Amino acid sequence: MDRWMKTTQVVIVGGGPAGLCAAIEAAKAGAQAVIIDENARPGGQLFKQIHKFFGSFEHRAGVRGYAIGAELLEEAGRLGVEVILDAPVYGLFRHESGMMVSYTQGGREKAILGEKLILATGASENALAFPGGTLPGVMGAGCAQTMVNINRVLPGKKIVMVGSGNVGLIVAYQLLQAGAGVSALIEASSCIGGYGVHASKIRRSGTPILLGHTVTRAIGTSQVEAVEIARLDEDFRPLAGTERVLEADTICVAVGLSPLTELAWMAGCDFTWIPQLGGHVPIHNENMETTVSGVYAAGDITGSEEASTAMEEGRLAGIAVAESLGLAGGKTKEMKLEVWERMNALRTGPFGQRRLEAKAHLLGSARRVPQ
Amino acid sequence: MRVTHHPILPDAPEPDCTIYYNGKPLPAKNGEPVAAALLASGVRVFRETAKKHRPRGIYCGIGRCTDCVMIVDGEPNVRTCVTPARAGMRVQTQKGLGEWTDG
Repeated sequence: MDRWMKTTQVVIVGGGPAGLCAAIEAAKAGAQAVIIDENARPGGQLFKQIHKFFGSFEHRAGVRGYAIGAELLEEAGRLGVEVILDAPVYGLFRHESGMMVSYTQGGREKAILGEKLILATGASENALAFPGGTLPGVMGAGCAQTMVNINRVLPGKKIVMVGSGNVGLIVAYQLLQAGAGVSALIEASSCIGGYGVHASKIRRSGTPILLGHTVTRAIGTSQVEAVEIARLDEDFRPLAGTERVLEADTICVAVGLSPLTELAWMAGCDFTWIPQLGGHVPIHNENMETTVSGVYAAGDITGSEEASTAMEEGRLAGIAVAESLGLAGGKTKEMKLEVWERMNALRTGPFGQRRLEAKAHLLGSARRVPQ
Repeated sequence: MRVTHHPILPDAPEPDCTIYYNGKPLPAKNGEPVAAALLASGVRVFRETAKKHRPRGIYCGIGRCTDCVMIVDGEPNVRTCVTPARAGMRVQTQKGLGEWTDG
């Protein structure tokens, strides 16, 4: 073993819900686990989730996201998980005893060797192209959510939200809660993309949800001053003559997420394309192990879903890694089954079903990869 | 505009330091992203593009898109959404690719 670099049993890239849960399960089994995160604080996007989570008791339903984040951090700390912050990972190198992970911290190049690697890098927001879309005042809904819930600054006074998935609905509501005005929430499709309970909150606030509409341009010279929207035909083309202008200084874009897969590509993982999961995702098996032996993936990198599923996938990867290191006694089979049961329960209903099928397809891809 | 009182979250602390935006003092909270301090004071145009001189502001808020880069303490191309504010920090609108204004 090389002594010039730091070594550990498990390196986890990303300290969000998936990474934290993976580290917790691995550490519980007795593994030495190190999380590396590019942000100044761990927790990923959990600390800006000020709404109550869904699911059942086991899924921490009824508990607000930031409280879950605080619990996970406390547990990881208690179990001796090391968290390296402000540290972007830029390179992965195959090593005879694992994977060397290169990162920078405080302007210095550093490396850590992990016998096993778990990629829990998350996802980033998709952009939407429209005239005026680069004007100051147009931003990702997640950006607005960070500003209002973490930094406690309103990104604007009058907002138009584009997209009615859970992100669009929840962020629009949280902007209202913090005192911003929301002119409208617009959605290209003919139905609302997110949960009815979130949509109802928007409706009760008197904010219109305009289905079958899109942004045709942002109006303004140095920043957004108004938004032009239009009705769409059945082929999603704007209908001439239906344009109208809404008052707004901010346009929040909530049109889905794409998995952050750079490191999985770098590791040499095989990929597949699953639109329902956000595009290219690394193929993984029932243990969350990718097609590169010893490299695991968990959370939104394997398809953008929700924090609750990310946490379960992280737990699964953590248990599987412990198992492959010869830890965790003989109980891992039952433990993994329990996680799978909880995860399948999260992937039910009209929204979950689609993700369940997409995930089944992803696992099917793993079985088709020659070993 | 800052959100001090919130129906779910506890009261937010008040600004505790000053940064200088193009020479003008602005209140900031030590450690908050520079971009947050600017937005709180109503500053939304952070830079100007190189060729067409078009305005840009914060977009992704997580340090990926680089739309929010400015000259911070003399160094150009600093991502203000992930750079913590510090007392006395000098923040300047960046024109094009920016230039080192120190050293």
